[in-house]
Amino acid sequence: MRSYLDFEKPVAELEAKLEELRQIEANGDGVSIADEISRLEAKSAEALKGLYAALTPWQKTMVARHPQRPHFVDYCAGLITDFTPLAGDRAFGEDEAIVGGFGRFRGEPVCVIGQEKGSTTDARIRHNFGMARPEGYRKAVRLMELADRFGLPMLSFVDTAGAYPGIEAEERGQAEAIARSTEACLALGAPNVSVIIGEGGSGGAIAIATANKVLMLEHTIYSVISPEGAASILWRDAARAQDAATNMKITAQDLVKLGVIDGVIPEPPGGAHRDPAAAIAATGEAIATALTDLHNMGPEEIRDHRADKFLRIGRKV
Amino acid sequence: MNWISDVVRPRIKTLFKRETPENLWIKCPDTGQMVFHKEVEANHWVIPGSNHHLPITAVQRLKLMFDSGTWIDVPLPEVEPDPLKFRDSKRYVDRLREAKAKTGLQDAFKIGFGRVDGLPMTVAAQDVNFITGSLGTAAGEAFVRGAETAIDKRTPFVVFTASGGARMQEGVLSLMQMPRTTIAVRRLRQAKLPYIVVLTHPTTGGVTASYAMLGDVHLAEPGALIGFAGPRVIEQTIREKLPDGFQRAEYLKDHGMVDMVVSRPDMKATVARLSRLLMKAPPPEASAPEPVEPAGPIDTAA
Repeated sequence: MRSYLDFEKPVAELEAKLEELRQIEANGDGVSIADEISRLEAKSAEALKGLYAALTPWQKTMVARHPQRPHFVDYCAGLITDFTPLAGDRAFGEDEAIVGGFGRFRGEPVCVIGQEKGSTTDARIRHNFGMARPEGYRKAVRLMELADRFGLPMLSFVDTAGAYPGIEAEERGQAEAIARSTEACLALGAPNVSVIIGEGGSGGAIAIATANKVLMLEHTIYSVISPEGAASILWRDAARAQDAATNMKITAQDLVKLGVIDGVIPEPPGGAHRDPAAAIAATGEAIATALTDLHNMGPEEIRDHRADKFLRIGRKV
Repeated sequence: MNWISDVVRPRIKTLFKRETPENLWIKCPDTGQMVFHKEVEANHWVIPGSNHHLPITAVQRLKLMFDSGTWIDVPLPEVEPDPLKFRDSKRYVDRLREAKAKTGLQDAFKIGFGRVDGLPMTVAAQDVNFITGSLGTAAGEAFVRGAETAIDKRTPFVVFTASGGARMQEGVLSLMQMPRTTIAVRRLRQAKLPYIVVLTHPTTGGVTASYAMLGDVHLAEPGALIGFAGPRVIEQTIREKLPDGFQRAEYLKDHGMVDMVVSRPDMKATVARLSRLLMKAPPPEASAPEPVEPAGPIDTAA
């Protein structure tokens, strides 16, 4: 069962009609409606393409959070062989909001870290909706330090509304854990590539997204605060989220212009959730290209490349 | 920095204050006790008796830290003022203009180079009066410049944090200040110079989750609110009242995030002592303090 977003209503109606016609044809009453079906299919595909070519920042926010969008575990399954997840921060516990381990990307060993939102109710609870606690970031630090010791590149997949805001998270030093994780990214002597596959929410995202190359899928967002949060702080009205989404420049297209990210990965027509395999394949290609660009650099060069890139952001030239 | 705003205006303000009776007495926000203004000022803006730390400006902070209250201003980089052409209920450029007029600062940071108990030091202070001390591109650049100055002059870098977090009006560019300031912290470490963070009220959000929690030593003023998520956000998430003292300086010390809670009148001596220990400098008695040669304007602002 496909779930439609509000703005997809025209497409939803066309597709419902199509489904009806297909049923009629399957019942085989002899009436030939194949022409009508293919006409409608073309129309529906056209409508979908048109809709997705002109998404507003708020609509992109909805797409980025679409429950059927491929999540980290899907990218991992599609792109990484021999994936071996590791667990625990060796200090307090295991936090499944961040999944990480080692595997092979196109044959080469890499460290892989990502936020997982979960796709079923059980999984969502287990992964805490992708909102990590300090343990999650400390596990990420541990894995990055291990990767660095063995000179392995790091791939990270970002998909979080933000780090978890709770009493225990504060008690155990959420801020310190995030800061250390950002720092661990900066210390890596091998290249790292980060892909925003859904939501890039604030400090919870940057903690694993401080990378030599940062890429975003076409319909994802990356922001210092959720549009809802910004609306309630700046306008004192959460209903102004649409304005916040527009004014804060959170889309991949805006961020490439601001020089904050390095590239946009095209999504299949109608968004990654319509064709996860295609979205994952395109992401694989983009990561491979990014790694090739960074291929011949030594550890110091890689660290300087990363630091210089971030220091250049927002500077007058 | 210009002569008029630095020197003349504060003096006029001081005169004005002396003539205004309501400024003679300060009411303690904790106990309601009335305290003589001069007594509070002499006690570094801490209410004697209740130990309530009143908020102070970045300039007041530097005055309390540097020997004879003088220092050399570290010139801060100019940045693109409004990269997103942002407006909420107000245009961001107007907000910036108002904040500059109100504080006399370029942005949320004021950074000085001078001597603290005789030891050369680079001190940066955030000012909550400048758009809640929030961290945007200008403040991020200021922090980076402050760290560079410390490295250049081989001094410790001391940062007084005070910030509501990220500067929302700069969107993701404010988020980018987290890795950018972290790069500066890494450079201080590589240069083997002490990086001391003094957490003051309030320090939250992206500031806490970057340079504020990466110090070699973390000091905090009593009662300061320090955290990642603000108390309101947490209450809304968990739908419970927060325990007393939650996210206060003393709570952070109990939970291993802060080394010492230090009252403001003891701050200077504590920072200086730590710096001397880490820098392997002799105690102040052994070295005769030399005056800093002024390479720029000496700030004498109030």
